[in-house]
Amino acid sequence: MGKHFIRYLCATFKEPLFERFAMRKAMPSLRYLIIFLLSITCFQGFSNVPQEEEGPVSSKEEVDEYIQHHIKDAHDFHLFSYTNDAGERKHVGFPLPVILWSSNGMVAFMSSEFHYDDEGEVIVEKGGSSFVKYHTKIYELQSGTKNLSFDEEHHPTNATRVLDFSITQSVVGILLVGLLMLWVFSSLARQYTKRKVPKGFGRVLEPLVIYVRDEISRPNIGEKHYRKFTGYLLTVFFFIWILNLLGLTPFGFNVTGQIAVTAALAIFTLIIYTFSGNKEYWQHILWMPGVPYLIRPVLAIIELAGAFLIKPFSLMVRLFANISAGHIVVMSLIAIMFTLKASLGVVGATALSLILSFFITLIEVLVAFLQAYIFTMLSALFIGMAVADHHGDHVFGENDDVDDAEEARENFI
Amino acid sequence: MEVLINDFSPGLFVVQTILLLGLIFLLVKFAWKPILTSLNERESGIEDALLAAENARKEMQNLQADNEKLLKEARAEREAMLKEAREIKNKMISDSKEQAKVEGDKMIRQAQSAIESEKKAALADIKNQVAELSVEIAEKVLKEQLSNKTEQLKLVENLLGDVKLN
Repeated sequence: MGKHFIRYLCATFKEPLFERFAMRKAMPSLRYLIIFLLSITCFQGFSNVPQEEEGPVSSKEEVDEYIQHHIKDAHDFHLFSYTNDAGERKHVGFPLPVILWSSNGMVAFMSSEFHYDDEGEVIVEKGGSSFVKYHTKIYELQSGTKNLSFDEEHHPTNATRVLDFSITQSVVGILLVGLLMLWVFSSLARQYTKRKVPKGFGRVLEPLVIYVRDEISRPNIGEKHYRKFTGYLLTVFFFIWILNLLGLTPFGFNVTGQIAVTAALAIFTLIIYTFSGNKEYWQHILWMPGVPYLIRPVLAIIELAGAFLIKPFSLMVRLFANISAGHIVVMSLIAIMFTLKASLGVVGATALSLILSFFITLIEVLVAFLQAYIFTMLSALFIGMAVADHHGDHVFGENDDVDDAEEARENFI
Repeated sequence: MEVLINDFSPGLFVVQTILLLGLIFLLVKFAWKPILTSLNERESGIEDALLAAENARKEMQNLQADNEKLLKEARAEREAMLKEAREIKNKMISDSKEQAKVEGDKMIRQAQSAIESEKKAALADIKNQVAELSVEIAEKVLKEQLSNKTEQLKLVENLLGDVKLN
């Protein structure tokens, strides 16, 4: 199985090389598409694993479970499932490498060894430890036990969670988007060495870059400091936007709906505005000028909580919740096709599901942009608050703080 | 909250942090920095070009104003010259008229005096001739009339009679 992964990685990483050496001729994008499709489809045949106990997803409970499963990360790239003529359930997709930090050190194997099991029934023995996968989490069984046992709330009792550095579906998404961004934007950057105004796809990208710079970075951070932070804001904006859009494709990515991903993004913003905060910023947090001395420590606690907990937490949860909710709503509306089949008939349920999910998907496309915009915008605002010059004027400074506090309060809602 | 914590995957968090850090670094180095630099260059280039165009326009306006001013001056000068010429002409005409009048008067006077003197001379001549002629005629008449004695006596008598009347 490792061979397949290497082939997959080759197909992914070869793209920039191809671009440099072989694809100077016509229609490079078409070739990319072909390579990409090949890299996906060439694995379809390898991962067909029979799963007797599962049938097609049709009941309400199964739909709930399927959605719950979807919005979580996955250790293999699952494209679709079907039941063949012999009545066997087939899954089409390809496995991804699992990298674990277990009690016996680093362990790596392909996720196909779990045979698409998610109920903790298949036990993989590697490096002296036994691993099971239960609800997209990998647990290490305590030595001596052979079966996963649960308490009343379905929490495993005889297994511990391991640090999981696997190349999961989300990591694949992040890598894909990262490479895509590197390729697209470095080619835009290269265009500027040859001409003043880019052509082709660069003409679409340039206004977006200018939009982030002029509508998000410059007004919120200020003319003096914006240049330093625009690179980060541009990266985050396009990263979130493209991943949000990727989440709307049927490939099943839900990267920006992973709390670990949004947490990392929020902590990046936290670190940036904490370390670029100037003297006035810290003074306004720790020892607010212009208010009675007794109130200052209270304000300091509130401000510290705001700066280190509320702001990053709001960034993290807003993105996570919006994208997860979007996925759940779209999938629930698609599931109307099965759940309302009995009461509305096949045609009615399908039509209702199609119409509703179509419009919700349109809204989700808007939300994909909006959430990227809001995250970037708030990051810029927080950075701008940290680097703003207060001009030493007390009255002005106080008004400024009131404005900032109000703005921040609005943002948390 | 418990679901959130349960869903949080520390491994994915670490991987995402590393990948994002790398992505930010690479993108800033290979994409954003050159893109933003050339965008700024282009924008300042456009600004400069606009400024230069504005300056050129102003200069053009100045030139035009200068031209207009020069034209106005030239026109005024021409006007003044024309006026002067007209005045000179008028003056010359009136001067020569005056002179001609004076000259004419003088000539007329001379002619008049010449005519007068000629007339006088002619009159004197005529008078002389008439006197001579009348003397001759009188001589002839007297010679004729006083050829006989009676006639002479009669004349004397008449003359005497006239004297008496006086």
